[in-house]
Amino acid sequence: MLQILAKEFSSFLNSLIAYIVMGVFLSAIGLLMWVFPETSVLDYGYADMFTLFSLGPYVFIFLIPAITMRSFAEEKKGGTLEILFTKPVSDWDIILGKYFACLLLVVLTLIPTVIYYFSISALGNPPGNIDTPGVIGSYIGLIFLAGAFCAIGILSSSITPNQIVSFILAAFLCYLVFAGFDSLAMLNVWSADALLIKQIGLLYHYDSLGKGLIDSRDLVYFISVIAIILLVTRINLGTRTW
Amino acid sequence: MSVTVQHLTKIYGSQKAVNNVSFSVSRGEIVGFLGPNGAGKSTTMKVATSYLPPTSGRVLVEGYDSAAQPMDVKRVIGYLPEHNPLYLDLYVHEYLSFSGKLYGMKGLQLRKRVVDMVERCGLGEEQNKKIESLSKGYRQRVGLAQALLHDPTVLILDEPTSGLDPNQILEIRNLIKDVSKDKTVIFSTHIMQEVEALCDRVVVINKGEVVADDTLHNLKSASASSAVVIIDFEVAVDVHLLSSLPGVNKVEKVDVTLPHRYRLYSQTGVDLRPEIFRFAADRNLSLIGLKQEEGSLENIFHSLTQKS
Repeated sequence: MLQILAKEFSSFLNSLIAYIVMGVFLSAIGLLMWVFPETSVLDYGYADMFTLFSLGPYVFIFLIPAITMRSFAEEKKGGTLEILFTKPVSDWDIILGKYFACLLLVVLTLIPTVIYYFSISALGNPPGNIDTPGVIGSYIGLIFLAGAFCAIGILSSSITPNQIVSFILAAFLCYLVFAGFDSLAMLNVWSADALLIKQIGLLYHYDSLGKGLIDSRDLVYFISVIAIILLVTRINLGTRTW
Repeated sequence: MSVTVQHLTKIYGSQKAVNNVSFSVSRGEIVGFLGPNGAGKSTTMKVATSYLPPTSGRVLVEGYDSAAQPMDVKRVIGYLPEHNPLYLDLYVHEYLSFSGKLYGMKGLQLRKRVVDMVERCGLGEEQNKKIESLSKGYRQRVGLAQALLHDPTVLILDEPTSGLDPNQILEIRNLIKDVSKDKTVIFSTHIMQEVEALCDRVVVINKGEVVADDTLHNLKSASASSAVVIIDFEVAVDVHLLSSLPGVNKVEKVDVTLPHRYRLYSQTGVDLRPEIFRFAADRNLSLIGLKQEEGSLENIFHSLTQKS
């Protein structure tokens, strides 16, 4: 698994993908947090990182499928998947190697935003007046969210040899799983079951972590979602039909 | 037996790609796997390399079942897939090291092996280039180097020379010959000369079924139902005169502008040449060409794969 992770990650670094992903994410979030008046912390008046944690997932919905779209689609198209599958590595090694390479890139992209925490903390009145546990919880939530998005992206990529199809499918599924259930719950037909519908979606658990309370139920939820999606990927690749 | 295919059947959807194929290859043998496009060659190879599961039947490689023990099978096989897929964005060295690491090689041993393979496959000058900038011939060498890197005992090569120019074909052929001394090699092709140049034995497959499995020599002599001699004369000769020669069954005038060419058919085992020479000498005809036609591989291939 590690060999595949290393190869995937170095191909991110050797192509422009890694730099573009990092550049775009940080510019987008930087603009949203500090420049655009509607979402800027400076105009907002409260020393918190709400902008990053509420808008970050939407930036991820576009960026993560862009990272994952090539992982299997490109290899299917180029035929190199056959090389990989005839080497003495298991299907899981291949899937997890690719999955963690994508996740690693996303986590690396997030690291520079830690600076925002210190800036906002210094800007607070009095300085240091920031909800630290909330920030830590939100970061954990964001990383797990990215984990779920990466899994969705890998699955989409394993379905098709076409990268564009993979990207669009992944972006749609990410949005659906993240916010779709929340919006669905708002329909006026569920009555008492609305909360249950909400709980199926990622957003409910993401918000819950963002409050600073690391609830094991939320972590179990995220890990299960990721595991199930990767399992479907494994089953799909196991059929060898492309 | 190094590789044994037992009653292998593979069905894609409703299409039977391979139908009850059985053959075996012993250690150290080079076997040509022959057949027209779409005959099921690649599918058989893909099952043997544990890439595809068989619908029924099984393939044993060095005693391991390709479906039940894929890891062991993959470890002993070196495989060059059809069209030779490669990671074009990697450097030659990088690709070979990556490939080696997947077999659990590492450190000095891996580096030595990569250097060794680069030299053996004649990649010396190209070793620091990206694979995408290599010509087709060199890419094929990279593919072979990748297949040979972990010193497999069984080599499975799917059309190793397709799309190469004649010089490159010769080079790759020599390379295969060179590396195959102590290995079991199965390679597929539809180029007859290749089989002639490389193989001990041929397995011919058509529409998913084995239609011949024999040495080249036996195949040739079995297929030659009649011996053919081609003769060229400077001037036209009466066909009836030629067919009256003892032993001649049939005479055909071949349409070439110059010289006057005839094909003489006779029973197998009869050599017409002395008779023809005497015939020409008696009549003072200038015989400018005299050649016995062998049962050519193309003909064998044609007759075996067109029957059904």
